[in-house]
Amino acid sequence: MDLTTILIQLLNSVQYGLLLFLISSGLTLVFGIMGVINLAHGAMYMIGAYLAYAFVEWSGSFSVALLLGIPVMLVVGIIIERFLIDHLYKKDHLFQVLLTFGLILILNDLQSLIWGNDTHGVPIPEVLSGSITLTDTMQYPVYRLTVSAICLVLALGMYWVIQKTRLGMTIRAGASNREMVEALGINVRTLFTIIFAAGVALAGLGGMISAPLSSVYPGMGDSVLIICLVVVVIGGIGSIKGAFWGAMLIGLVSTFGPILIPSLASVMVYLVMAIVLLVKPRGLFA
Amino acid sequence: MYNTPRSITLFLGFLFILLLCYPLYGDLIFGSKSSFYMQKLTTIIIFAILAMSLDLLVGVSGLVSMGHALFFGFAGYVLALISPEYDAANIWIVLPAVLASCAVIGLVVAFLTIKTSGIYFIMVTLAFGQMAFYFFNDSDFAGGSDGMYIMMKPAVMLGDIQLLNLESKQTIFYTSLACMALVYLILRMLLRSPFGQVLVGIHANEHRVKAIGYNTNHYKIVSFVIAATLAGLAGFLAATQYGFVNPSQLGWHTSGYALMMVIMGGAGTIFGPALGAFVFEILHSFFESFTDHWLMLMGTVMIAVVLFLPNGIGGALLEFVRKLEKKPVQAQDGEKSDG
Amino acid sequence: MKHTLNYKLFSRMFRQIAFVGVAATMVSGAALAEDDVKLGLMLPYTGTYAALGEAITNGIELAIEENGGKLGGRSVNLMRLDSEAKPGKAPQNMNRLVNGEGADVIIGPVHSGVAMGMIKIARQEGAITIIPNAGLNAATRQFCAPNIFRTSFSAWQTAYPMGKMAYDRGYRKIATIAWNYSFGKESLEAFEEGFKAAGGEIVKQFLTPFPKVEFQAYLTEIASLKPDAVFAFYAGGGAVKFVKDYDAAGIKNAIPLLGSGFMTDGTLDAQGPAAEGVMTTLHYAASLDNPKNKSFQKAYQDTYGKAADIYAVQGYDAGQMLVQALDAVKGNTSDKDALIKALAAVKIDSPRGPWHFSKAHNPVQNMYLREVKNGHNVVVQVAAEAVDDPATGCVMAQ
Repeated sequence: MDLTTILIQLLNSVQYGLLLFLISSGLTLVFGIMGVINLAHGAMYMIGAYLAYAFVEWSGSFSVALLLGIPVMLVVGIIIERFLIDHLYKKDHLFQVLLTFGLILILNDLQSLIWGNDTHGVPIPEVLSGSITLTDTMQYPVYRLTVSAICLVLALGMYWVIQKTRLGMTIRAGASNREMVEALGINVRTLFTIIFAAGVALAGLGGMISAPLSSVYPGMGDSVLIICLVVVVIGGIGSIKGAFWGAMLIGLVSTFGPILIPSLASVMVYLVMAIVLLVKPRGLFA
Repeated sequence: MYNTPRSITLFLGFLFILLLCYPLYGDLIFGSKSSFYMQKLTTIIIFAILAMSLDLLVGVSGLVSMGHALFFGFAGYVLALISPEYDAANIWIVLPAVLASCAVIGLVVAFLTIKTSGIYFIMVTLAFGQMAFYFFNDSDFAGGSDGMYIMMKPAVMLGDIQLLNLESKQTIFYTSLACMALVYLILRMLLRSPFGQVLVGIHANEHRVKAIGYNTNHYKIVSFVIAATLAGLAGFLAATQYGFVNPSQLGWHTSGYALMMVIMGGAGTIFGPALGAFVFEILHSFFESFTDHWLMLMGTVMIAVVLFLPNGIGGALLEFVRKLEKKPVQAQDGEKSDG
Repeated sequence: MKHTLNYKLFSRMFRQIAFVGVAATMVSGAALAEDDVKLGLMLPYTGTYAALGEAITNGIELAIEENGGKLGGRSVNLMRLDSEAKPGKAPQNMNRLVNGEGADVIIGPVHSGVAMGMIKIARQEGAITIIPNAGLNAATRQFCAPNIFRTSFSAWQTAYPMGKMAYDRGYRKIATIAWNYSFGKESLEAFEEGFKAAGGEIVKQFLTPFPKVEFQAYLTEIASLKPDAVFAFYAGGGAVKFVKDYDAAGIKNAIPLLGSGFMTDGTLDAQGPAAEGVMTTLHYAASLDNPKNKSFQKAYQDTYGKAADIYAVQGYDAGQMLVQALDAVKGNTSDKDALIKALAAVKIDSPRGPWHFSKAHNPVQNMYLREVKNGHNVVVQVAAEAVDDPATGCVMAQ
């Protein structure tokens, strides 16, 4: 592997890692603050992607699709939190696992009812459809870089919100001591609804901006869920910072791993996870 | 504390006898479909074993594993890999080998995961299950994603005498049924033993058990290994029934369904998860028989169980009997927080 | 005829909404007359492969419909069972259709792993089974059986002829890439066999984790290897993503993309301009210029409101072969040996061109070299005529 290739592969790693971070961040946020594990997170990613497809078909514009899609995802999140998750806060994680597993089945079926079973493409927005030449055989699509930029901006935004704002303070406090936050007169109930909806919207946004790259098809959320779980476990469940570095690590491993050790291509990320857990049973940043 | 009320024991006994006599009345009720239903029942019985073994983790020790199918599928693969291609394997060799290998893998997984708890344990076991899935899915030696055949079912011989002919559907049915009863009794005995009491204590309050001086991790590891071995028995039977193994048997969907059977039946009651397996599979077949959108119905049932029947059928039965007898019977508390 | 219509009405309704209570009564109401021909469809109706299951079912229905809704003069009862594309459930589902429902003929599946589970039971029970898609070589090689037929293809058939085509186009060094699962590997092996036999050299083989669709790392490797061309196998969502990524990375201009035909079948709309110029081999192309194909495409469009793809053709041919064979035995399904004989002897006038069964019960059929032009697979030439799978290890072929 020559230097140019290594550099391009590094770019690939970071790009994939950032996208993984965006999708995982919602999962870890919801767990860290609410103590809820949402297995339907991958299904939310899928719904986001299908919404992007449907809205682009309808309006012809990707920005319109984003503007419409995000509120829809928020509403989906609010509904699920209010009607289902709300009953589970005091219960064992086991019940969260099962309820959200049931949700996956329902959402997958709804997807097939509403949008059918065919694979659909979502066109890349015109302004971003160009590419940058890297080598004589290799170019890099501008859209991919834009996706990375969006993810980076969101990562910084989340960091800012959590570290510097009053909402962030409440979030940090809520994560460590629910009673205290309540004593301060903050409505944890509303806070939880906001957080869950935000988590769902983040997964949905991940799906939306991935849709032009990956197309939309039934069952697309399942493999995303598993890889996100790995990211979150490696980083430390509940830690946004952990999710970021976990995603970067997985980005690196799934880019260089299969090239260097092809025989372990699909097992690699799980091996990394096992090693991390052996050293740090609660993840890198918990 | 975990004594089953007499009326429930009688009820279970009745169901068991009903199953036992199936070959007698199956033809009368189902006619030509009888043999199909017997095989279906066999499959459900095997799932019941899997669900009971998972209950030892989930309901008794409080270890919620989302990767229990790993051992179920792994057992099948071990059987397929060590069986000679054109000859029947000797069950006295392959069965212990399969169970031992599941125990070993169970030990390894337990060792790596036991320090984690609660949500971590769920996710980590899930990830290990997926790792095993990909290991077999990508393997050249085990048929990859197409899976493997076991051409000849294991021979059950004593000297030169054939004890059981596993090629017969009825024999497989009875063998599975016997295994189910055996696993149930083993788990019951285990629960009554001092070892089982420690596990129950760990589930209720691990810190206290630790404070008394028990090494709770050792207990948890042993229970994990036992559960893995029993799941291996279920996997062995499943692979023997149809002579076919495939990576999808190790996947997280299988684990999720097994977990659902446990909850639907009532975690911690041991008999409940077996009932859960029956209800779950029968509902699944029923929904599937009239609509392509059975997924939505199954999902709704799962959510309904979580919301309205958290103690499962077993819990509801215990409750019912308690009311009937007006004497307190401790049902398993489904609302326990982890820790 | 009446029953077939009823069935279609039901299935259409079920596809829309699940009427729980109503449906149960309908099914019992639909427990049709004893003399129906019972066809058990074991296809994926949910999940990633659902579109394929749907297309195959449509094809079968259309063929039977064109025959007046009858097979050998008897009405038809189509029983659908969702295979879920789950191999682990295959034996019990198969068992349900064979022993539970008493199906005369089973049609399925799409997924090769499910096929393994089905074949196991089909061989044990002697159930007549028609495979309308799953391309695992083994089905008509070591696991072939008199009662097992395949109307689709073997992985080998769809990829081997491309080897020579690639060499003829002047490519000498080729890199290959596919999902790391059995069908992907079999496709690559067949292509590599064909390409090496023609005199070419495989510079590298990449197997990517299934079903992940993250290809950027591999594309970077390919770009730095600079082979003359790339041969790939992906299907469905993976095919769309791969072809789009390949194009977006700008490699396509320098390194042409070749593939197994599934990469550009049923996926072209989603792939858009990214697929332009991709060359593939397959036993069909929607643009094939023969009268049968034209009438088939029109009928399919009129009935189902969309263009027929390769999967619909394979289903249609499964229907056609049943029409022929049941006519030959005058609707008598109780004499299995006679029915098997009749099935093996069918000569199908298919939208893909005429074909018949090999001794191993795999189609002997033409393979076409196609190129994507303006969003259509245009036939460039016949890549190989009357291709027969080697059927290595099949006792019936010796």
